[in-house]
Amino acid sequence: MGQRVNAPGAPMLAPKDFKSDYKPVWCPGCGDYSVLSAITKALAMLALKPENVAVVSGIGCSSRIPAYTTCYGFHGVHGRALPVATGLKAARPDLTVLVASGDGDGYSIGGNHFLHACRRNLDLTYIVMDNHVYGMTKGQPSPTTEPDWSSKLAPGGTGLREFHPLVIALASGANFIARAYSGDPNGCAALIAEAVRHPGFSFVEVLSPCVTFRPEQREWKTMVHPAPVAATDDPGRAARRLMTDDGFNVGVLYKGKRPAYARANGGNQTVEALACQFRA
Amino acid sequence: MDALGSVSVALAGSGGAGVMTAGNMLLEAASHAGYYGLMTRTSGPQIRGGEAAAMLRISTFPGDGQDDAFHVLAAIDWQNVARFAAELPLAPASLILGDPAAGEPPEVFTKSGARYAPVPLKVTAAEIAGAWPNMVALGVLAGIIGLPAASLEAAARKAMKKGLEPGIAAAQRGYALAAQLPALRLAPPPARSDRWLITGNEAAGYGALRGGVRFVAAYPITPATELLEYLAPALAKVGGTLVQAEDELASINMALGASYGGVPSLTATSGPGLSLMIESLGLGVAAEVPVVVVDVMRTGPSTGIATKSEQADLGTALYGLHGDAPHVVVAPNSLEDCLAATEWAVGLAEALQVPAIVLSDQYLGQARGVVDAPALGSAAVARLTAQGGEGYRRYALTPAGVSPMAIPGTPGATYTADGLEHNERGTPSSQASDHAAQMDKRARKLAQLDPGEAWASVEGEGDTALVTFGSCTGPAREALARNGKGVKLVSLRLLAPAQPERLKKALAGVKRVLVLEQNHSGQFLRYLRAEYDLPGEVKSLRRPGPLPFRPAEIQHALAQWGSA
Repeated sequence: MGQRVNAPGAPMLAPKDFKSDYKPVWCPGCGDYSVLSAITKALAMLALKPENVAVVSGIGCSSRIPAYTTCYGFHGVHGRALPVATGLKAARPDLTVLVASGDGDGYSIGGNHFLHACRRNLDLTYIVMDNHVYGMTKGQPSPTTEPDWSSKLAPGGTGLREFHPLVIALASGANFIARAYSGDPNGCAALIAEAVRHPGFSFVEVLSPCVTFRPEQREWKTMVHPAPVAATDDPGRAARRLMTDDGFNVGVLYKGKRPAYARANGGNQTVEALACQFRA
Repeated sequence: MDALGSVSVALAGSGGAGVMTAGNMLLEAASHAGYYGLMTRTSGPQIRGGEAAAMLRISTFPGDGQDDAFHVLAAIDWQNVARFAAELPLAPASLILGDPAAGEPPEVFTKSGARYAPVPLKVTAAEIAGAWPNMVALGVLAGIIGLPAASLEAAARKAMKKGLEPGIAAAQRGYALAAQLPALRLAPPPARSDRWLITGNEAAGYGALRGGVRFVAAYPITPATELLEYLAPALAKVGGTLVQAEDELASINMALGASYGGVPSLTATSGPGLSLMIESLGLGVAAEVPVVVVDVMRTGPSTGIATKSEQADLGTALYGLHGDAPHVVVAPNSLEDCLAATEWAVGLAEALQVPAIVLSDQYLGQARGVVDAPALGSAAVARLTAQGGEGYRRYALTPAGVSPMAIPGTPGATYTADGLEHNERGTPSSQASDHAAQMDKRARKLAQLDPGEAWASVEGEGDTALVTFGSCTGPAREALARNGKGVKLVSLRLLAPAQPERLKKALAGVKRVLVLEQNHSGQFLRYLRAEYDLPGEVKSLRRPGPLPFRPAEIQHALAQWGSA
């Protein structure tokens, strides 16, 4: 993949080597702590070095993750993590680029970029921590919130059907689609590591409970279950499976075979030579 | 009558009639014959079809302004050409050429007193298999201007990929027809010199490459698209990357991402796109990520007139960012300055680790001109980078305000670039002291910028000053070249950070200031009032796009004041 990995024989880094000493702003019990752990475990499993990894995010609870790692980080504006990551990866294909987002940042304000990042199929790993709520702004419905969930902004619920990110990712051309659960950091780490290894755009939707605004999500631990069948590489079968599953099917659900976006080999002309075309 | 220093001709017709193709060949022919030249364009909103006009000025001197009136208006047909009447001013001595098969010229043109001479373009073209009337018109225009037939043929050979022989034959017929028409007495060409034939958009794109840009994110928008289309193959040749984005929100953020990765980056757009990019330009300010946006301005607000020029994004470029967000705004003041100004903007962005906006416009961007070969500057400016080591502080409070930037891949210097306010290490902070210190740091970078002579073009001497920027500079220069005794021209190139001390020095002894700009509300005047002390009496000469200022209007405004 052209990504830098540790030289053979170099000392292996532990997950803690990828964790910074900053104290997260998250609430006690937030699923995102476990996603942070899972990311650091995955990076250790992949034998990467922090300086060769960039973690890019937008705005929201989940988007605080970059600074909590020891990797290079970019905490940008709301909804634009994928474009930042796209520019970075296109300009620096040698880096391993992870993108962190949430259901508001990634599926609402950043929704258009999600479609096009899937379609473009750059070798990125997109980790969306989905808790079906805007947490940072204290409890408004997001695109994945149930229609009858009542809140101050939408008393009695939005009445709108939930957005189905996995189906949209498949339809838009993502090359790897998985669902993870933050309550199982080891399983989540393994899925993230597999997503990083898979070429092209890899999408990992992580069910990550918001215990503050959606305390009922604590029950997710009783609802998640391993995907009963292995990942398919057939988009048709994957579509049927994603459309009909219960939303708690955890594992790799689709592994495509599209080649990752690659730029053509760069030319080596000098800028001075380009002036020829302008000479009168 | 003395020979003319320049001749202005317009070739109009419905879209698909080939007026732009013929106009470009006429410009090539003039260049081949040793003249300077400029072609600007105007067109209706139609995707194909609709009306279009190529407006040419062929001259013995360099310059990118239009003359007061056109010597010749030639039309292949008159369909909707009257819509451009205001952009095609004629004088009583002007000549209108039209195909009798297309009917009489509209009254809006003939009421100028200009003489009408019918020329059988269609019939003449029909005599040659595979020839088109635009090539006959090209020949007629080359003939009455007095360009050598060899230059006409050379231009056609350079430009035409198919239909070359019939095209040349048609142009030659037209050239012969010109013998029966009144000739324009254009002075002989000046001594040969090293010249370029280039558009403002190409010049800006090439300037970007010279400045070191190797990543471009592109979302098409009129009239900036050609800049991106120039860069797509050109970037590939020098090993750079262009990504077409899904929208302008994405393009600016892609550019920020690539620049964060250490690769100088740029995007180009027009007003609507600039508005979409503004939030993320603030991110570039806060996170101190260099990036360049070329705004090829068109008329606004909203979609405005997408194909026509106006200098009305100035306020947005200067003040549109939320929060206190110091950044750079540069305005090229001629077609060829699109190169130098964009190259300079890239250097400023890289050196100061800030976003830089280049305010070009449709007039400069889509104008194609024969210009003196630009003096090319030295090597691209290198960003101050960090080599890593213990206790790296990305946003260290240095005296210059610029702190070493670690490029991903550098060990021991990882940090998170953040739009959140932060401390020196980059850790998010909501403390008042960190906010004040980082605001001071970001302001300091720009306050300490020494632009040298590049901040403005200051020309002439006098106690009246004509202060302007961008594409208004061309006609201002010409007005003063005609009769500019006692008038000093100050054309600002660096709009932000403002340079009050420099302008004060330039305006020392000035008693009257005429502020020239192409927008409705006087954005430039209000900017000058806000950032500078203007001496003496101040007047504003302004109007919205798309009509460019003509030298006589500027002369008139100065004369009314009794100073010129």
